[in-house]
Amino acid sequence: MQLFTPEFGLAFWMFVAFLGLYFILAKYGWPYIIKSMDERADLIDKGVAFAQEAQARLDGAKAEADKLIAEARSSQADTLREAEKMYNQIVENAKADAAIEAQKVAEQAQVRIEQARKESERQLRIEVTEVALQIAEKVVRRHMENDKAQQELVEKYLAEVESKN
Amino acid sequence: MNKWITTIVAVLILGFMALGYADAAHHSELHGQSELNPKEIIFDHLGDAYGWELPFNHSTRIPLPVIVRSHDGSWHVFSSSRVTQGANYDGFELATEGDLSGKLVERLPDGTLSRPLDMSVTKNVAAIFIAALLVLWMVMSLRAWYKHNGMKAPRGGKGFIELIVEFVYHDTIRPVMGKAAPKYASYLLTAFFFILTLNLLGLIVVFPGGANVTGNLAVTMVLALCTFVITCFSGTREYWKEIFWPEVPMALKCPVPLMPLIEFLGIFTKPLALMIRLFANMMSGHMVVIVLVLFIFIFTGKFGLGVGIGTSVLSMAFTLFMLLLDTLVSFIQAYVFTLLSTIFISMALVEEHHA
Repeated sequence: MQLFTPEFGLAFWMFVAFLGLYFILAKYGWPYIIKSMDERADLIDKGVAFAQEAQARLDGAKAEADKLIAEARSSQADTLREAEKMYNQIVENAKADAAIEAQKVAEQAQVRIEQARKESERQLRIEVTEVALQIAEKVVRRHMENDKAQQELVEKYLAEVESKN
Repeated sequence: MNKWITTIVAVLILGFMALGYADAAHHSELHGQSELNPKEIIFDHLGDAYGWELPFNHSTRIPLPVIVRSHDGSWHVFSSSRVTQGANYDGFELATEGDLSGKLVERLPDGTLSRPLDMSVTKNVAAIFIAALLVLWMVMSLRAWYKHNGMKAPRGGKGFIELIVEFVYHDTIRPVMGKAAPKYASYLLTAFFFILTLNLLGLIVVFPGGANVTGNLAVTMVLALCTFVITCFSGTREYWKEIFWPEVPMALKCPVPLMPLIEFLGIFTKPLALMIRLFANMMSGHMVVIVLVLFIFIFTGKFGLGVGIGTSVLSMAFTLFMLLLDTLVSFIQAYVFTLLSTIFISMALVEEHHA
């Protein structure tokens, strides 16, 4: 039963090889590899945590931005409404102003027209008077050609004046 | 279609192989050689040898150094090719029969044969060194990767080594041992990688594989002994107290130390189980494959060519299955050895119970 009797030589070499391998790897191999793997695992964990935080922050920022946009929207609507109101006000005011101005202009024009009318009336009166005088002169002249009639008339007028006084 | 072609070609190749075997059997009959001796072949393959077989060749072997101390205390170093085929060199020759069959023996002046102190680099020893160098290379290349690439994850083969380290250390050793893990990690990882490499190398049929190293009791004995020694030396006071004065009813330990005896035996049965488990698993795997292959020879010799062809197809299919299973077993046994060593050592690290 050779299979079940351990050979000393084989056991010896196995021991030597295994121990040698162990000492080399225990000094240079495994600690370094395990350390590297752990370090890398830590780094990955940190990276994941960092990424999660960044994601959370990004989400927060997005929500904030959305809020800001909504606020801006509502304030924009407010501003627009106000602007429209103001516009209407201005238009209204302008209309009112324009009406007053127009009235003033119309009044002034009326005054001028009145003045012009009065002036032309006066002129007309003067002219009419002159024409009347000329006519009267002519009439008088023709009447004066007859001295007697003239005398009578003068006397009549004088009498009239006298009676009035 | 391709599948059918593959099948036909495979069957043809296996058939031709059987033809070759039949011819060989016929040849040996003609030359008056003894009948096929399955038992001899099986134990030849499972055991150690002084040279390394080459494929397709029965006589030439890769010579390995033989180192022996003769009965007068002098050391002899020579190539194993000097003692092949019954040759005697310096009084040494290979025994052909008896308990020492296949081993190197010294023919004493009075004609008797005696076994000298044999420190030869046999096939198994060479395989151990090859495996050790392979493990060294694997681990050091991973270390070199980390040294040069820092935090980058290794790819390909190195990534695979890292995966195993992750599996063995981070998922097995650390959860079991906790704070003590880094202290014992080097031993356990070395043991795992060494056993795994030896197991897998053993499954490769040609050089540098094919040696049934982990299926050899001497090898598993050394491995189990290492675990045993470490367990004993890292045992805390509490651990030893639990063995010699366990917390059981007084009747079980005072007049007749029943429990202490059982506990004391447990110290030795644990590593013994480690030794036998690995040995039996790996040896039986090799044995089944050899027997399956031998079926071809036996049936061809007994029933002729037709049966031989059929047997070779069946036998190769089973062999393939067995080798795949053995690959799995290689991993499992390396893992089980490491896991149990971890548990045994961590059991020795027990702290005092808090009431």
